[in-house]
Amino acid sequence: MIRVENLSKSFDGQPVLRDVSLAFVQGKTNLIIGRSGSGKTVLMKCLVGLLEADSGQIWYDDRDFSSLGFRGRRLIRKELGMLFQGAALFDSMNVNDNILFPLNMFTNMSHKEKQQRVDFCLDRVDLQNVHHLYPSDLSGGMKKRVAIARAIAIKPRYLFCDEPNSGLDPPTAILIDKLISEITSELNITTVVNTHDMNSVMEIGDTVAFIHRGALWWTGSRKEILHTGNNELNQFVYATELMRTIKPETRP
Amino acid sequence: MKLFYHIGRYFMLLWIIVQKPEKASIYRRQIIVELDHLGLESLGIVAIISVFMGAVVTIQTAFNTDHPLLPIYAIGFATRQSIILEFSPTVISLILAGKVGSRIASEIGTMRVTEQIDALEIMGVNAAGYLILPKIVASMIINPFLVVASMFLGIFGGWLAAGVTGVVPLGNFVYGILFEFDPFDVFYALIKTVVFALIIASVSGYFGFYTRGGALQVGHSSTRAVVFSSIYIIIFNLILTQLLLV
Repeated sequence: MIRVENLSKSFDGQPVLRDVSLAFVQGKTNLIIGRSGSGKTVLMKCLVGLLEADSGQIWYDDRDFSSLGFRGRRLIRKELGMLFQGAALFDSMNVNDNILFPLNMFTNMSHKEKQQRVDFCLDRVDLQNVHHLYPSDLSGGMKKRVAIARAIAIKPRYLFCDEPNSGLDPPTAILIDKLISEITSELNITTVVNTHDMNSVMEIGDTVAFIHRGALWWTGSRKEILHTGNNELNQFVYATELMRTIKPETRP
Repeated sequence: MKLFYHIGRYFMLLWIIVQKPEKASIYRRQIIVELDHLGLESLGIVAIISVFMGAVVTIQTAFNTDHPLLPIYAIGFATRQSIILEFSPTVISLILAGKVGSRIASEIGTMRVTEQIDALEIMGVNAAGYLILPKIVASMIINPFLVVASMFLGIFGGWLAAGVTGVVPLGNFVYGILFEFDPFDVFYALIKTVVFALIIASVSGYFGFYTRGGALQVGHSSTRAVVFSSIYIIIFNLILTQLLLV
């Protein structure tokens, strides 16, 4: 479980996160949703320590991440996996070496064991015979799947996904969403997904937190999100024609 | 004030870089890769420039020391001293600041703007150490070899020019090359080279590592890396010359 308590962050005096408190549940896919510029990416970057919050605390189970120094955080970070919006695969390495990298860096497994783990992770994301390809040879969906394989290679306890299906066609986006959801259940990890895609919300959102103007505006489940009386959330949820057709009060 | 901010951040980065590596074997492997990328791939340009500069130094010296009181072998002597003391360590380091410095800054800068450095940090890797330390170590190992090669090739270029143009008889030129040779001059040149290598790799790594934005900013970082590395090389050249030769 990850807990955030009274987290605030501002840039040049402009508040971007305002006193955000919420919890991300283990074994569930926890979604952070909100419009572009609402502060959800800043929240995620604070969670993983890429940005330093101005105030507030972040707890990884019973460990206060916000009070730890460089070395202490590195220990927790070894338990994190992250899927970046642009996949962030290492350009200079092929697919095999990208997934091997964390295994080489942090495990004492034999070469054979490491290779078996790479093969398993690639199989798990349904990619075969791509070991020798470089990131520039891969499509957007394949890059995301390799990034997931790299993220799960060292069996993380916490998985963070920043806009995992942005720029992908709908079937591939759903495939990536389902993969994240399945891996979360299989490994019983705490997964946090940052998205503004309502398809993702309806597909995999076990818990949903809506961030609006830097503040936590609403929390609930994907079922509850369709019946909320929160105006700002409704504007976000029913922004598309497709969603408006399934709006509960418009059904016959 | 901004200058102090950059100096402070530069030394803080150096402190992070020298932290104990996660796995020494990976860093060792990375150093070997960088020896190839930063050193051996620069051998061609170093060789070409050294041969031609050696030739030009010989011809220039010959035409500017046309005095009956000056012995003819002084041309070889002056060529050797120019090449060993200044041309090879300083000018070649300035050229490497352009070639290697821009490569380091743009490589690391691109990794920054494409979130690859964030990915390393999230994994718990000391990204600054992993990316910059092998480049610094590799540069400090390989640059002295490049400079020694440059010394030989520069003198060879001078000998070639002397032979082809006839500005100085080859026998006199070789006598001048060997005249009162002091091995300390080479030692002094190598000390300068090692310091310059540290400057090139660390300053370029600094500008690359703190790149913010996109492709345009990567270009800016690359340019600033070359400009500032060159300025620091010139400044430290003066300081080291004062310390070691005077």
